[in-house]
Amino acid sequence: MYKIVRKKDLNAAVTLMEIEAPFIAKKAHAGQFIIFRIDEQGERVPLTIAGYDREKGTVTIIFQKVGFSTIALGNLNEGDYIRDFVGPLGKPTHTEGIKHVCVVGGGVGCAIALPSAAAFKEAGAEVDVIVGFRSKDIVILEDEFRAVADNMYLMTDDGSYGEHGFVTVKLQQLLEQGKKYDAVLAIGPIPMMKFVCKTTEPFGVKTMVSLNPIMIDGTGMCGGCRVTVGGETKFACVDGPEFDGHQVDFAELMSRNGTYCQREKEVTETHACRMETMGKALIP
Amino acid sequence: MPNMSLKKTPMPEQDPKVRARNFQEVSLGYTAEQAIEEANRCLKCKNPKCVTGCPVNIRIPDFIAKVQEGDFKAAYEIISSTNALPALSGRVCPQESQCECHCVRGIKGEPVAIGRLERFCADWYRENINAMPEKVENNGTKVAVVGSGPAGLTAASDLAKKGYAVTMFEALHTAGGVLVYGIPEFRLPKAIVANEVKKLEALGVEVMTNMVIGRVLTIDELFDMGYKAVFVGSGAGLPMFMNIPGEALKGVMSANEYLTRTNLMKAYDPAADTPVIQSKAVAVVGGGNVAMDAARCAMRLGAEHVYIVYRRGEAEMPARLEEVHHAKEEGIELKTLCNPVEILGDENGRVRGMKCVRMELGEPDASGRRRPVEIPGSEFILDVDTVVMSLGTSPNPLIRSTTPGLDTNRKGCLIVDENEMTTREGVFAGGDAVTGAATVILAMGAGKKAADAIHAFLNK
Repeated sequence: MYKIVRKKDLNAAVTLMEIEAPFIAKKAHAGQFIIFRIDEQGERVPLTIAGYDREKGTVTIIFQKVGFSTIALGNLNEGDYIRDFVGPLGKPTHTEGIKHVCVVGGGVGCAIALPSAAAFKEAGAEVDVIVGFRSKDIVILEDEFRAVADNMYLMTDDGSYGEHGFVTVKLQQLLEQGKKYDAVLAIGPIPMMKFVCKTTEPFGVKTMVSLNPIMIDGTGMCGGCRVTVGGETKFACVDGPEFDGHQVDFAELMSRNGTYCQREKEVTETHACRMETMGKALIP
Repeated sequence: MPNMSLKKTPMPEQDPKVRARNFQEVSLGYTAEQAIEEANRCLKCKNPKCVTGCPVNIRIPDFIAKVQEGDFKAAYEIISSTNALPALSGRVCPQESQCECHCVRGIKGEPVAIGRLERFCADWYRENINAMPEKVENNGTKVAVVGSGPAGLTAASDLAKKGYAVTMFEALHTAGGVLVYGIPEFRLPKAIVANEVKKLEALGVEVMTNMVIGRVLTIDELFDMGYKAVFVGSGAGLPMFMNIPGEALKGVMSANEYLTRTNLMKAYDPAADTPVIQSKAVAVVGGGNVAMDAARCAMRLGAEHVYIVYRRGEAEMPARLEEVHHAKEEGIELKTLCNPVEILGDENGRVRGMKCVRMELGEPDASGRRRPVEIPGSEFILDVDTVVMSLGTSPNPLIRSTTPGLDTNRKGCLIVDENEMTTREGVFAGGDAVTGAATVILAMGAGKKAADAIHAFLNK
C-alpha cells in the first residue's frame, strides 16, 4: 500500500500526486516509469515518473484523467492509499555526452519532459525547451521549466499565450536559424512526436522520443508493449521507453494503442459507480 | 488385499461441455473412499522405484500406506516433510514422466495414481485442518529469495524452516510467479497458491511484492543490506515471437500476455478492470502446456473456434497427454503439421486471418524429433481474429544485466555449479532461470537443493 502524500490539480484534466515509495524514490531517474494499480480489481497502468525526492522517499506522478483508471486515481485525495506502485521501470534518459539539447514537450507530456530537461541541465548540457499546449488555460509547469531552461519557448495552438503555433514551428525556426543540437528529446502525443521527428530529420539531428504503448507487467514478460524500431521488435518496458524517433514505426504504435479503445469506453461507463469507491476501502 | 484393478480409480471431472465455458477447476479430486480404493492398488514394494523419480524425494509408499489406513493427516505430514507445496505439485506435476513411470503396476496396466493421491492428501488437510505452520525463531542470518514462483516458494520455505530470516521479493503485485500469472484457475485455483504464501508468512518469511530486483535493488545492494546469500528463482518470462509479417497487428499476443490478462488480472471476471480481446476464432501457435492453457482459456472466454497450430504432429507435441486430452474434450481443434507464414490484417489493423503452410515430417533433427518440412504450394488461410504465440520463453535479462560476474549461457540461462551456486559467490539460482522453460516440479526440486546448498554455504 502506498500513500498519497500530496495532490494538486494542475489544470482541469491534469493532476499531480506525490506518492510515498521510498525504494523507488531512491533509485528513480528521469525517463523511467512506474506502474500503479488502485485496488484488487484494478488494472496495471504505466506512468512516466515526473519527479522524485530521495530524502522524503516520494515519487511524483502527473497524469491526465482520460481513462477509467486515471479518472479513478484522480478521485483519490491526500492521505488515501493505492494498492500497488512498482518501479522504477525502463531505462533512464540518456544524457551522457550531450552538450546542447532541445527538450520538446506537448501537453501532459511536459510532465515527463521536465525531469529529463533537469537531468540534462544537471549533466552540464545547455538546455533549450519548447513546450506546447492547446491554449492558455491548460498550461502547466511553466515556472519549473523556466528554472531549468537556458532558452524557453512556450507555444499555444490558438495563440492565447506565449507564441502562436505548434512546437514544430518553433523547432523548425531554431534549426533554420542554425541552432546546433546534439539531440532533441520529444515527449507528448504520438502525432506530435512523429512531426518533431519529421522536422529534425532533414537537419540530421538525433531525436529521442518517449513511447507509451499498452503494457501489463512492465518487466519484459508480456510483450504487449512491443514496438517496431528500425525494423526490429523492441519491448518499450525494458528496451525503452525512449527510442530513436527516426526509427520508430509511429503508425503501428498508434494502431496498437487503439486495441482496447471500444472496451475502455464500455468499462468507463459500466464501472462508473465503482470509480467513486475505488481505493477508498484501502484506508487503514 | 490389494486392489488389483489394472486401471486407476477415475477422478471425477467437470463435464467437458460445461467446463469449457467456466473457469472453475476441471478435476474435482478424489473422495476419501476413492482415495483409499486407489491407495490399495499400491503393492508397497520393498525397493520402491517411484521415489527415484521424484525431484523432491517424497516417501511415496509411506504416505500411500497412511492413506490406506485412512490416516490422511499422517499421510499429509509425510508428504509435507519433504515437499513444501503438495497441493500444487499434486495438480501440475507431470507424474507420468516422474514417479508414476517407475511404478511396477504400470508394467501391466496403469501405475498407481500417485499424483491424485498427493493432491487428495493436500486438499484434505487444507479443507479439514489447514493449521498454519509454527513461526520458526530465526537465527538472524538474512537470506534473500528473488522470485516467488515454485523455485522461490520452495527455497524460502526450506530456508525459513532451517532458521534463516528470509525475505522473498516478487516483481508483480501478487506472489506465486507462473503459478498465478501463467497456470489458469481451472488447473490450479489461485486460492490454493495464496494459502501456500500465507503458510510461508506464518513461518516467518517476509514477502515483498512490487519489487523488481535488478531495477529497484540490485543483487549487490541486497548484500549491502546485510543479506548473506541470495537465491535467484526469477523464471523464464521473456516471450518469443515468430518474426513473420503481421505480428504487430491488433489481436496478436504472446501467450504470456493472454494468460497474464486472463489469470493474474482476472480479465474473465466482469468485475475486473483489465480487458482481454473478445474473440470469435483464436489460433494458438505452439504445442506445449502453455499453448494448451492459452487455448483452453480462449474457449472459456467465449471463442467459437479455438485452434492449436503446431508444425509437427500430435505425437510430437511437448504438452502433457492429459492436457492435450482435456483440450480436445473441450472442443479445441488441432491443426498439426501446419505452420504460420503470415498474419493478415483488415483495414483497421486487426487480425482477419492467418496464412499457414502444411508440413510433413522429414528426417530426425538434432533433438531426435523428425524435422517438419514445408509442403510447397499447400498454403491456406485459417479464419481467425486472434493469434496467440506460444513458442516458448527465455530468462529475463534484468538480473544478469545488472549483476557483474553473473555468467549465463548462450540462451541467457544462469550458469550454476553442482550446488546450484552461480558464478558469483553466495548467489544461488534454480528453476527456469537456470534451465530455461521447464516444469514446476523441477523448479521446486532446484529450490530445495539450493536451500540445502545455501545452508551448507553459510555454515562453512
